[in-house]
Parts: sequence; structure tokens; C-alpha cells
Amino acid sequence: MRSHALLAVLGLLLVAAPAAGRVTVGSKAFPESWILSESLAEEMRALGVGEIEHRSNLGGTEIVYQALRSGSVDAYPEYTGTILEVILHVPRPIALAEMRTALAKEGLGVSEPIGFNDSYALAVTRAVHERYALRTISDLGRHPELKLGLTHEFMGRSDGYPGLAGHYGLRMKHVLGIQHELAYTALASGRIDVTDIYTTDAQIERLGLYVLEDDRGFFPRYDAVWLYRLDLTTREPRALEAIRVLTGKVDEARMIRANARVVLGGQTFRQSADSLLTEVLEGVPSRKPAQADVAGSILRNTGQHLKLVVLSLLVAVLIGVPLGVIATRSPLFGSAILSLTGLLQTIPSLALLALLIPLFGIGIAPALIALFLYSLLPIVRNTYVGLTTIPIPLAEAAEAIGLSPRAQLFRVRLPMASPAIMAGIKTSAVINVGTATLAALIGAGGLGEPILSGIQLRQNSLILQGAIPAAALAVLVQRAFDLIDLVAVPKGLRLPRSKG
Amino acid sequence: MSDAAGIEIEDLRKSYDGTLALDVDRLAVEPRATLALIGPSGCGKSTLLRLIVGLLAPDRGLVTVAGTRMEPTTRRRLQLRMGYVIQEGGLFPHLTAGDNIALVAQDTGWERGKIAARVEELLELTQIPRALLSRYPTQLSGGQRQRVALMRALMMDPDVLLLDEPLTALDPMIRSDLQRELRRVFERLRKTVLFVTHDIAEAAYIAGELAIMRAGKVLQRGSLRDLIRNPADPFVTEFIRAQRLLDVADLAAN
Repeated sequence: MRSHALLAVLGLLLVAAPAAGRVTVGSKAFPESWILSESLAEEMRALGVGEIEHRSNLGGTEIVYQALRSGSVDAYPEYTGTILEVILHVPRPIALAEMRTALAKEGLGVSEPIGFNDSYALAVTRAVHERYALRTISDLGRHPELKLGLTHEFMGRSDGYPGLAGHYGLRMKHVLGIQHELAYTALASGRIDVTDIYTTDAQIERLGLYVLEDDRGFFPRYDAVWLYRLDLTTREPRALEAIRVLTGKVDEARMIRANARVVLGGQTFRQSADSLLTEVLEGVPSRKPAQADVAGSILRNTGQHLKLVVLSLLVAVLIGVPLGVIATRSPLFGSAILSLTGLLQTIPSLALLALLIPLFGIGIAPALIALFLYSLLPIVRNTYVGLTTIPIPLAEAAEAIGLSPRAQLFRVRLPMASPAIMAGIKTSAVINVGTATLAALIGAGGLGEPILSGIQLRQNSLILQGAIPAAALAVLVQRAFDLIDLVAVPKGLRLPRSKG
Repeated sequence: MSDAAGIEIEDLRKSYDGTLALDVDRLAVEPRATLALIGPSGCGKSTLLRLIVGLLAPDRGLVTVAGTRMEPTTRRRLQLRMGYVIQEGGLFPHLTAGDNIALVAQDTGWERGKIAARVEELLELTQIPRALLSRYPTQLSGGQRQRVALMRALMMDPDVLLLDEPLTALDPMIRSDLQRELRRVFERLRKTVLFVTHDIAEAAYIAGELAIMRAGKVLQRGSLRDLIRNPADPFVTEFIRAQRLLDVADLAAN
């Protein structure tokens, strides 16, 4: 309990107090969430809210909800079923009013339903539907050999597969976890037979999927609502006005169309959001679609990516090298420091990001901290190894000829360990270039942004806009370090060994 | 020139993991004298040198250099009064020969001019070509490396020189050149020298006096002639005979 309170205080200190008039809208990493939030941001702008930011692509309920609680995000679209299961942890459906009471304690408000129910459902291809005569989820019970490819979130939630299997008495032999957007490809190629989908999913029509009927009424309702911070009432009432405009008017048909415009029609989220707003408001003319500036966005994302990598690496060097030196001072320090930095490396990146959000909010800060923590191990370990593998006679000579401890470290041991230290820094840098793509999940931008959007939209060109610069950056970083080596590693250590 | 200073050892013991490596009751090197320590591998001669230079702390006993006891508080001051050369020279590979030589002087805050002047003196003394100073240790031959190592040891004009098998890794021709050179330098500088080798001919050529060690103890001390004529222990004769010098020595004696 105490440590909780401590974390909360720390979190409050670290999260910058939101400025008055500045509103941040969040969305999860799938098109529907993005479009709804983009519409909300547009409507707020129309109503005169001064400064609006849309943090898109936040990776999952846990992350965006923590961001809302900590004040990094002021509003985002959520589903009632998810609120029950993931946020409130209540086993039975409760009324919206009851939900409101529970969340008010956290300083959060729940809007009226936006207008559509985006429930989970199971879907199969037409071919599978016909071959096995599958019509309902009950029918699945007769074919335990069918391969299920389910999203990780669906597999983990009790209102997902575990509950469903219990409710229907399913005993499927093959159940795999798969990323949602990849599931369609897997389904189309026959690698899996069944996947979980959202009922407003634009892919249903495009891929001609057959949605299995929930014949025993397992799935709860997933009515879309807005979750928002109650302090908006005083901070920026116009934001609440915008939320009211966008409730009760988006039905399933409108949402499916809006999703399809993006996923199938190749429109931007902004364009689809504009059209949705136009439908909702009726008569408001659609603004000119924003021109996509590919080169500009690649440049911007690459710059942001580089900033994340360089800053985190710089701090990791400034802290990691001294840590490596300290580790050589005593076996106790050594094993403590090395095992601690090693432990950090084993935390999965998404888990680390989720842990950092309550403390640092979303955006650049937690991304930098995560990258910094991942950079530490190679730098600390290589510094330690570099210093401890200096030939003993030379380490002894440095001492015996009367060098001060300072000169022994800075003029002999560190320069001699420099090739190992530089190799560690290079390793960290290259790993960082890759890991930094995940920063987009918590709204820190970078080259992960087009990759995430591309995966969602099944647009390979968008994926490549992130992947190619990232690969180029990795090569560039390697080359850059070859040049830095010329300065950082003394010439005498780069000479070929003479014989004799 | 600083005052000449000797080395005194009293009741010195050192063991590694319970095995006695060194047990010397008394051993003194007079100021300006040259003593060669000889003996087979593992006899404790390197351990003795490492105790004197302060790389090891004794289990018991005293090391006194220039009248000052070697202790943690006096260690660095004494190290600056001793020059130390090891088998492969111990040159730092990331520094040029010149920087290796000047390193300690720079660390103790000597001015550039003073450093340059001292290097000039040493170049003249050791007859090393100036061009070698800008080379890295890997670009030097074995003999050149040892010459540079000697220059580094002499840089601070120490009272005492400690040399731990400095010529062992060299091939015979270069080795004999360097033996001659070392003897010349020692005679000219008249410093207190403790020279470790396992080669008895080298020991007798370079030093006036020899101390033969075995299993951590000093068995006998004297000139080569003393060791041959009046061996204190059968091992002394055995060790000399093993190096095939007895006949030569007998001839010399007659």
C-alpha cells in the first residue's frame, strides 16, 4: 500500500501538470479508436479549444488507461465490456450509472454511448464455413481440430477465449496467439481457421468472412463510450461539449463505413474522421483533405527516432561506463551491478513500457527511460569486461611505476578497455534503433509510427516508410561508430600485431 | 642526483593459499650496488621483487627502501623512487614509446620543457634513435621495446632499479647486445640495482654479486667464484652445473 502511495506521488511529480486550455486525446492502436479520437479532436478544434493533441497508436487498454489516470491523456474512446473486464475487474455486467460511480473515484467520467456496439465475435472464411457447416460458436465444438488464431488480449481476458471455451465447453486442440492484423493474412492463407474480430471490422466484408453466431449469448455488450478526465469540466468545458456532440450519433453502419474508408479505401484517418463528423453533424461541409507529405513525414519520423536513440544512448554511456568501473572495484558491487542490469534486459519491452506509464505518463519521457535501461547492459558489461581483461602485467606495471590511481584509470585502463567499451556502445546503439520503433506504442513517435499504422491498415507501403529508414539508420549508426572508433580508440590499439 | 639509497629486507614472508612462496630472514642491497637474484622458476625471486615494489603486501616482515618502510601510505612515494622493468617491457600498447616514457612525469606534473630535456638525456644515455619515440610498442622489435622500457624506468631518475627478467624473451644475439648495454648503463649511473634472471652467466656478467634462491629462501650470496668454490648447499652446485658453466668457471679459477 505504502509503495503504491509512493509511486503515485512520484508519478504526480513527474507528470507535468496539464496546462489550462490544452487537451490531449488518446487512441488505441487500431483504426476505429484512431478515427473516433481524430473526429473528437476535429470537433474540439471547431468549438474553439485552444491547443489539441492527438496521441494515437497507444499500445493497448492498460497503457491508454494509465495515461488517462495520470493525466497524460484527457479523453479516449473505450468499450463498456472492456471497462468491466480490464479496468473495473467486475465479473457481471453493470449499468452505465454504476460504472460512472466507480470511475468517478479515479476522477474519470463516462459519456453516454457513442451509438454502436463493437463486440467480439469469432469469424471463419466462407470456405471453412461451407466445408464444416459452421454457423454458430456451438458448431465449433464438433470440430476440435480447427486451428484458432486469437489476439493476445482476447486469449488473456476472462471475457475472451477462456470464458468462451468454458461457456461453450470447447476443447480446441490448436489455439495460437497472433497479432490482430496478421490474423487476416493467416486466415486468408489457411494457416488458421478461426479468429476473433470486432463486429465493426471493415475486413469482414472485404475478406468475405463469416461471423459465427453467439448462440448461447456469451459476449457482453461492447458499447463504445468516451472515457474522460472529470477535471475537463473546469479546465476546458468546450472539450466536454465536443464529447456530447459525438455521442449517440455513430451507429454500427456509420462506424463500419468509417473503418472501411481507411482500411479498404486508402483514406487517411483524418479524411475518414472528417467524413464521419460530416455525417454526424449533417450539413457541415467537408474540409479539403490534407495532402499526404511522405518525404516530410519520413524525415520527421527519422529525426524523432534518431533523437530517441541518441539521447537515451548518451545518458546510458554517461551512467553505464562509471557503473562498469565501479563494478570492477569489488566482487560484491560487480555481481550486484551486472545482475541488476542483466535483469532489466529480461523485462519484455511492452511490459516495461506499461510499468513506466504510471510513473512518467506517455510520450517521450518513458520511451527514453526504457531505451536507456535497455542500453545499460551492453555498456556496463563491456566496460567491466574490458577493464578486467587488461593483461595483468600491464595493469601491475601501471601501479608499480607510480601512477596515481586517477592516471591508472584514465591514462591506462580506460584507454586500453576502449575497444571493448566502444563495442558495447555500438551494440546498444544498434539495438536501440530497433527497439525505438516500439516507442510509437506510447505516443513517442519515431519510425514505429508508420510501421504500426501500416500493420493496422495492411498497407505495406506505410510499413516500408518506417522499416526502410530504420534499417538504413541501423547501418548508418554502424558506420558512424566505425568513424567514432578512430577518435575514441587509441591508434596503438588499432595497429596490426607485429610478429616478434 | 638524489641521495643514493639501498634496499633492506627483514624477516619477509609471503604465502599464496597456504603455500609459502617467500621466506627471507635478511637481505640487503647496499646503495649503488648491483645484485642479481637467480634461481629456478617458482623460487620466489619475482615474488620478492613484487613485494619490494609494493605490488604485494607481505604476510609478515619489512621492506625498507631508501630508509623508508614500504607501507600503504609511503607506497606511491617509494614507487616514484624506483624504476621497474618486466619481462616483455610492460609498455602500454595504446601509447607511443615517447608517451610511455613521459607518462609518469606528466602524471606528477612536470612541465613540458623539463620532460623534453630529460628525454634528451635518456636518448643520449641509452642511444635509442629519436625516431623510435613516435612508434607504438607493436611497431618496435623486442630489443627496442626493452630499451624503451629501461628509458621509462629511468625517467624519474630513481635511486633504485628493479628488473624482473628483462632480457629473457629476447633472442641470443640481441640479448648479448643488451646485456652489454645494461652493464654499461649500470656502471655509468651507479644506482642500486636488483636484477632478476634465471641465467647465471647473465647474472655474473651484469652484477658483481649473486644471490641464489630456491623454494622461497636465499641459499647463498656471493660472487660466482664463491658460489662455485664454496657452495652452501648441494643445490647451488647442481644449479650451476645444469647451466654448463662449471667447466668454464673451473678454467677461469685456475
